[in-house]
Amino acid sequence: MKSWVRKTLRVGVTGTLAATTLAACSSSGGPPSLTWFINPDNGGQIQIAKECTAAAKGEYKITTSPLPTDATQQRQQLVTRLSAKDSSISLMSIDPVYVPELSYAGFLAKIPAADATIFSKDIVKPAVDAASWQGKLVAAPFYANVQLLWFYKSVAQQAGLDMTKPVTWDQLIAAARKTKTTIGVQADQYEGYTVLINALISGAGGKIVENPGAQAKDVKLGLDTKAGEDAVKIIEQIARGGIGGPALSTAEEGQSLTLFTTTSGAFKGGFLANWPYVWSTLTPAQKKLIGFTVYPQTVAGTTSKPPFGGIDIAVGAYTHNKPQAFDALKCITSAAHQAYYMVHDGNPAANETAYTDPAVLKAYPNGLAAMILKSLKASGPRPQSQYYGDLSAALQQSFSPPNSVNSSTPKKADDFILKVLKGEKLL
Amino acid sequence: MTTTVERPATPQPAHAKPSKPTLSDRARQERSLGWRLSAPALIVMLAVVAYPIINAVYLSFFNKRITDPNSGGFIWFRNYKVILSDSKWWDAVWVSVLIMVITVVIEFILGMALAMVMNKIVIPRRTLRTIVLIPYSIITVVSAYGWQYAFAPTSGYISKWLHTLTFGSFDQNYDWFGHHWSALIAIMASEIWKTTPFMALLLLAGLAQVPGELQEAAQVDGATFWERLRRVTLPSMKAAILVAVLFRALDAFRIFDNIFIMTKGSQNTTSVGVLAYDQTITRSEVGLGSAISVLLFICVVIITVIFIKGFRTDLSRVRGD
Repeated sequence: MKSWVRKTLRVGVTGTLAATTLAACSSSGGPPSLTWFINPDNGGQIQIAKECTAAAKGEYKITTSPLPTDATQQRQQLVTRLSAKDSSISLMSIDPVYVPELSYAGFLAKIPAADATIFSKDIVKPAVDAASWQGKLVAAPFYANVQLLWFYKSVAQQAGLDMTKPVTWDQLIAAARKTKTTIGVQADQYEGYTVLINALISGAGGKIVENPGAQAKDVKLGLDTKAGEDAVKIIEQIARGGIGGPALSTAEEGQSLTLFTTTSGAFKGGFLANWPYVWSTLTPAQKKLIGFTVYPQTVAGTTSKPPFGGIDIAVGAYTHNKPQAFDALKCITSAAHQAYYMVHDGNPAANETAYTDPAVLKAYPNGLAAMILKSLKASGPRPQSQYYGDLSAALQQSFSPPNSVNSSTPKKADDFILKVLKGEKLL
Repeated sequence: MTTTVERPATPQPAHAKPSKPTLSDRARQERSLGWRLSAPALIVMLAVVAYPIINAVYLSFFNKRITDPNSGGFIWFRNYKVILSDSKWWDAVWVSVLIMVITVVIEFILGMALAMVMNKIVIPRRTLRTIVLIPYSIITVVSAYGWQYAFAPTSGYISKWLHTLTFGSFDQNYDWFGHHWSALIAIMASEIWKTTPFMALLLLAGLAQVPGELQEAAQVDGATFWERLRRVTLPSMKAAILVAVLFRALDAFRIFDNIFIMTKGSQNTTSVGVLAYDQTITRSEVGLGSAISVLLFICVVIITVIFIKGFRTDLSRVRGD
């Protein structure tokens, strides 16, 4: 009985070892596998990965792995893996605001000069700036999001607003009051709130960080300024009297869009500051009623700085297949793929030439494509800092909930953020 | 397993220090077998429990930020000084204690009532226990999302119900997550709904141990329901109550999921667990985060000691008979 068991075990173990060895041999014989960590989308990045794998003709194979939905959590997962020197990260889709931090930590592979020229060719300047750290391109811009102002034509008309010209936040607030409608913005304690605060301050000619790239102890902030005051006044007005809707303190992109598309009850949609994906969510009937224009001005007469977003793709510092990863990156970020992604997933291309693509013009009609490109060129990035995560979270905390924001908020935020950066306060 | 201890052959003077008892061969073998049998479990426990705790204590003395190559200096107790002198820490402790006290009290009352119902009902006992357990079987994150939607200002039903029940005086678009106390109520509602069944089951086990003859004797003596509950039932199930309340108190103090999903700590609803997460994971400040985790561990130990001393029950001596 015992010898029978032993024989069976021996055969089993030998078989398993043989199968494992064979499997290992077969995998080492194939093309290098590149894992691309993608932000969740409508399947566009997976399709591009397939097309680039086919175009590589056996040079490499791209497999995708999804990151969490939220940008902050995407960063967390990448930081956790890269701090453990994870070599399985060949390519990663990252929010531009985290490019400085990941680059400073040494988590991004250096881009060869020749490739950097290719990655920045025909790319809008704000996208190139956002993908750079200390003067060098460290990631390839893939798509470049920008917020627009969406509005109901009837509401604007009723309020007497001329939407062919830039409008100010004050005008919108007055219009919303007059027409008893809402202005959809993002003011939950999350990254979208930083987007709003930064856009308001930039629009008034200010900067949240005066000296980007400075060490924590040397960072100078520009919140307690005239621009900060202007931003606070706008948030105060939106937060009061229900102009920002009943749940402004928990409003993210989706909630603000829902508020905007509500056409009955006490909170009817009037205006919305949101990304261009809004267009793809509207029904044909809604598209007839809704218009779009450039982001509102903080100060009348001063050109607005529309919020800039998007996704850059970087090569992991610890991947064993860097040359193949950079080749794959050229394929992924090509103008044709950016145009495809803009049509398929509703996220605007960073490459200017994509905006002449007939498919893009068809998907973004009535001058929407041109409006996106115009806004992109005028857009303002969020602060470039290796401590962006801390800075953004501390800013959100200081300005939350929005109905508590008042004239003392910028000064308090300034003090709090500096203490957090110096390690003297908890976040 | 028994242990035989050999007595010393010659009597020792009263003032002399007793010599170390000598073990018999059999006792030695049994002790050795015991060590060998428990060694794998001990090694695993050391690897998964002791190592992370020791590592956290070690890391808490460093100024370590994962994404900053220039960080990592040894700073002694500075992290602890920063934490203990920050109002955010004390706010988080207050929120955690508040949630712990309120939820445990409500859960105990509801759990006791449920346990008594389940103890009395003979048919359909199994079905009833299964139904009661449903909330506990739901993952906390899912439960948190469910309650978040229930409290949502425009689409949730809680505000609408309250609006109807108060004849329109309660705002049906009330922003529960926009204010400190209302956000805490929503968080605690989810916590109570989810874990009351756990409390009820533990109390039911204790209730089953209460001798029936004691209850009958008290009834014959004319004791009312409340008198029987206070003087017979509760004292007889002291150990079960200690276990139930202690387990839930520790869980409630370490609350994370509900807050993380519902408010992410906004409106001053950050608990100690969320604070530790924010520093360690969100900020990548592993030194500061480890120090908070160590303090959280100390808090848990203090709560445990308070409960065990307060109940004056030695769990190791409690038997089911």
